[in-house]
Amino acid sequence: MELGVAKQEVMGLTGDEAVAYAVKQVDPDIVAAYPITPQTIIVERFSEYVADGLVNTEFVPVESEHSALSTCVGAAAAGARAFTATASQGLALMWEILYIAASMRLPIVMAVVNRALSAPINIHCDHSDTMGARDSGWIQLYCENSQEAYDTTIQAWRIAEHPDVQLPVMVTLDGFVLSHTLESVRVLPDDVVKRFVGQRRYIRVVGHEYKEVPLVLDPENPLTLGAFGMYTHYFEYKRQQAEAMEKAKRVIEEVGREYGGISGRTYGLIHPYRLEDAEVALIGLGSTMGTAKIVVDRLRQEGMKIGLIRIRSFRPFPREELLKSLSHVKAIGVLDRAMSFGAYGGPLFMEMRSLFYDEESRPLISDYIYGLGGRDMPIKLLEDVARDVKRNADRGRVAEPIRYVGLRE
Amino acid sequence: MPELVEIRLHGRGGQGAWTATNLLAMAALREGKYSQSFPFFGPERGGAPILAFARISDKPIDVHCMVYNPDIVAVLDPTLLGPKVVEGIKDETVMVVNTQDPPSKVREVLGTSRGKLWTVNATRLALEVIGRPITNTAMLGAILKATNVVSLDSLLAVTRERFGGEMGEKNASVIRKAYEEAVPE
Repeated sequence: MELGVAKQEVMGLTGDEAVAYAVKQVDPDIVAAYPITPQTIIVERFSEYVADGLVNTEFVPVESEHSALSTCVGAAAAGARAFTATASQGLALMWEILYIAASMRLPIVMAVVNRALSAPINIHCDHSDTMGARDSGWIQLYCENSQEAYDTTIQAWRIAEHPDVQLPVMVTLDGFVLSHTLESVRVLPDDVVKRFVGQRRYIRVVGHEYKEVPLVLDPENPLTLGAFGMYTHYFEYKRQQAEAMEKAKRVIEEVGREYGGISGRTYGLIHPYRLEDAEVALIGLGSTMGTAKIVVDRLRQEGMKIGLIRIRSFRPFPREELLKSLSHVKAIGVLDRAMSFGAYGGPLFMEMRSLFYDEESRPLISDYIYGLGGRDMPIKLLEDVARDVKRNADRGRVAEPIRYVGLRE
Repeated sequence: MPELVEIRLHGRGGQGAWTATNLLAMAALREGKYSQSFPFFGPERGGAPILAFARISDKPIDVHCMVYNPDIVAVLDPTLLGPKVVEGIKDETVMVVNTQDPPSKVREVLGTSRGKLWTVNATRLALEVIGRPITNTAMLGAILKATNVVSLDSLLAVTRERFGGEMGEKNASVIRKAYEEAVPE
């Protein structure tokens, strides 16, 4: 499908509003959600669209997040396009249904506005909520800005519903830093979005009473979904989920390229910046990596050979792409906005260290845990991190593998 | 003004500081620029000191942290004046202050000789025109007089859009008055 870049209106939208606007244009069959700070604006805006008759969506104002995702599971199993949004404690309350949605291979799209988990209670950004859900079987795409929140919300349907994937997708955006920040967002015309997402396609079930039927709950052609699976079958289910995740890599890239064709903004699994001749690299997720670009530019002016990679797809983890992009780098500074208590470093650090284990030449890798509970990550602090990574590169060893930055000690 | 203009507003919960930065950002957008607007996010309590930030640039804005070295500082409420509101300012920083006091007295309270100071009695203007001591739009008028960060026309247009009807006209009117009355040190 080659449509050419569409004419786009520039709107002033917060990250939450950008997500709500994208969902409005997609016009899914069902939105079931429970408001929670800092996701609230998504639900508020979308319910306004419903009240104003701008969408055909059935909006289900549920009494909890557990019910929100359960509603999406039922709806998606019946063949509907389903969307929900949550944050922090809300995601935590969805926990058992997260695994069910993924294992039943339901292409639900969910925006998660990243917020710290209690206690102590906190409404601000870190990645503890979605990092905890990283093994649940959902695709996880982390956004850098409001534009990307809009763009990714549209792409998510195509990724989730791809016949080779059939997995739910989390679109994550940083609480407040994106959710409540008004930015310039280019929006596509409604019809272009509609054409891009198209209709939901269904997997065909072969041999259903001697005929072929779509994989949806339908009283006329009864099917059993999510049934009991003992040690005779359960394992194979899981292996297939792993296979779908693997295939999702190609699909995320294809959809990101195709989206680039209509919008002028192309997306991939990872987004490198000034990395070609870099000796030092910063790697991380979300809005902080925008600030890190400024740091790279400043330090480049000083002569430091530095670049960065923003990981857009944390699940599936872009192993090959990272290895290829980082093969020439001497030292890597990993930015983790979450902790894994009792583990050796944050979630991204563990991935990065493990990634290079089989490689003949391994870069030095150090972890910088930052920004928990919404603590700001100013340019100055990121510069300190970059200089620390550079020192590791210069001395040829990691002085301190795990550091907490911006922490009062 | 630099390529990327960073703005910090000091106000109290309920005075519309965030609305003010949103209006600036929308006005910039109207002029084909890139912009950001966000509050310093705390528990939302009426009367509590709050911060709101805006960034305006001709290029896409990548940075996503708070503003530490603002090019423009505005203080919406005279009771907030003190060293806290001038933290991180530069010699070129433009400070726009709602006060009925002379600049020399404001300087004394701020405890700084840095920055370029502008004053306006925004509370009086807001009471006269809007009938309530909500100074956010008056302060925007004063900021534009001091900096031209966006054009007065763009600001008036987005203000009328935002408030609509009579409130739109009243806010547009208070912006104009503050624009006329704001004076440099």
